Amino acid sequence: MTADSKFHHGEAPDVAPIIEMQNIEKHFGNIIALAGVSFDVKPGECHCLLGDNGAGKSTFIKTMSGVHKPTSGQILFEGKQMSFSTPRDAMEAGIATVFQDLAMIPLMSVTRNFFMGREPTKGVGPFKRLDMDRMNEIAMTEMREMGINLRAPDQAVGTLSGGERQTVAIARAVHFGAKILILDEPTSALGVRQTSNVLATIDKVRKQGVGVVFISHNVRHAMAVGDRFTVLNRGKTLGTAKRGEITSEQLQDLMAGGQELAKLEGSLGGTV
Amino acid sequence: MSEDAAQAVRDERMKAEGLGARILKRPELGAVAGFILVTVFFLLTADPAMFTFSGIVNFMTPAAQLGILAIGASLLMIGGEFDLSIGSMVAFAGLFFAAATVTLGLPLIIAIPATFLLSAMVGSINGIIVIRSGLPSFIVTLAFLFVLRGLSLVGLKIATGGSTQLRGVREAVEGDWLAPFFSGDAFGALFKVLADAGIIETFNNGAPKVPGLPIEIVWFVLIALLATWVLLRTPVGNWIFAAGGDANAASNAGVPVRKVKISLFMVTACCAALVAIITVMDAGSTDARRGFMKEFEAIIAAVIGGCLLTGGYGSAIGAFFGAVIFGMVVIGLTYTDFDQDWFQVFLGGMLLVAVLFNNAIRKRVTGER
Repeated sequence: MTADSKFHHGEAPDVAPIIEMQNIEKHFGNIIALAGVSFDVKPGECHCLLGDNGAGKSTFIKTMSGVHKPTSGQILFEGKQMSFSTPRDAMEAGIATVFQDLAMIPLMSVTRNFFMGREPTKGVGPFKRLDMDRMNEIAMTEMREMGINLRAPDQAVGTLSGGERQTVAIARAVHFGAKILILDEPTSALGVRQTSNVLATIDKVRKQGVGVVFISHNVRHAMAVGDRFTVLNRGKTLGTAKRGEITSEQLQDLMAGGQELAKLEGSLGGTV
Repeated sequence: MSEDAAQAVRDERMKAEGLGARILKRPELGAVAGFILVTVFFLLTADPAMFTFSGIVNFMTPAAQLGILAIGASLLMIGGEFDLSIGSMVAFAGLFFAAATVTLGLPLIIAIPATFLLSAMVGSINGIIVIRSGLPSFIVTLAFLFVLRGLSLVGLKIATGGSTQLRGVREAVEGDWLAPFFSGDAFGALFKVLADAGIIETFNNGAPKVPGLPIEIVWFVLIALLATWVLLRTPVGNWIFAAGGDANAASNAGVPVRKVKISLFMVTACCAALVAIITVMDAGSTDARRGFMKEFEAIIAAVIGGCLLTGGYGSAIGAFFGAVIFGMVVIGLTYTDFDQDWFQVFLGGMLLVAVLFNNAIRKRVTGER
């Protein structure tokens, strides 16, 4: 793994997890989407959630971010039992989710997107107004810290690349105090260079002590930044491995559910 | 953050952006350019009387009446919705206002707030149906276009005992202390002073040719300024852009999208009520045709003003200029040798050019790739 040298990969810190999901089950009618999934995230780590299409990744993170209520199982947030009834509750507790799309408004400026829904104001009563100077400055600084130099804070988000938009969304979540950052397939639609930018951003966020949940079905992207890896298959956890305990081939096999991927892989020349 | 720092980290792939490019990105550019074009056109073809002070007041009056509606419509369009019922809303609010003052004999201090309240309620019904059902606002408000127009007719007949015109508003409100805020001319005393000083034109008897600024122009300018301030400098403005740009992304980020949209429907209806109150008091009567086709004219003014039909982009100042262009063309043609009926051709043409222009601008702003 060449990316190894690039990121720090602190040995998954031996501290209490921020969030612990225990034996989460989720049924939709007679469909069992999750059949007892346990998962936890510690501060400053990047925990990858891997799984093929239909493995239950989306259902699981939606449970974590308050979109779905689990049918059974419990969620411990900073040691206390929690039950999120809306995504807003989870957000307020410090769980931010960055979706692949649906996060940015292309016609609006970076600054306006950055503060959307949480605009700082100055003045009182009817003269309360946006603190544009402060907004612009914070947006520029935060973006620069993530390695993106904006032309101007009033640049429309539509002019940014997919990776840069992802980064604005991540920077926004971190700025507003996210303790857990859930990234739903952040790299699946991106090119090589944009992908490495997003992975580098994940690394920066992790160093700030935020627990990152990185959902992907691309083992190589996961191996590049992950500290721990959990594989979901058919609604169940197939186990969690620390970095160094598992190879990408083994992960790939787990994701495919023990099917003879090796044979297939041989014929494809190890390209998947 | 210093300018140097910003320079030092410049991306080498970014070309310097000239003043021209910056101006091009303003949503109101189209309307301002159109305004200049139309002004030049009439300077060349119209009787010079059009651009005397009284001439300007002459075309600003219809512009203001439309503009108040257009600003409401533009806010709603930026918020991602349409209201085709505002023209009928003018008739409906006009009927209610006239009936309250004439038939019920209520003083303005009760009749005016009641009219606004009723309009806001109708607006919120529009909004709630659109939001709850998820249907396009186009269809829902089209239904209300007919419902309100029909109710106005029926209501008029009930209030008058069979007639489709309700008269006597002017007499009913005469002497009411609130009347000067909604009818007649403002700054009369100032105009008298200016006339005496010879600064503005006077009739032979020394009275100023323009006795004052028609009150709707004052409202028009105030509302344009207020709407612009709200849009650009308050959190609510950010929510309006966000709700129209992508309602889903906005609510994911915590913007109260439903509240914003329903409030915008209420604001638009209240703009219609204001126009109704002003025009009914001005005319002294109301009829069922009041506000006829105004919904389309208001939307045209908003689109000329840079609003995108898809929402999330536009400006209130743009709608202001859109309405002024409208007023200039309607009234201006009477100062020229052209047949006045060219007005509709002109309006349609402007709309088409504006939409094409806005579409191109949007592609530039988003860098569409």
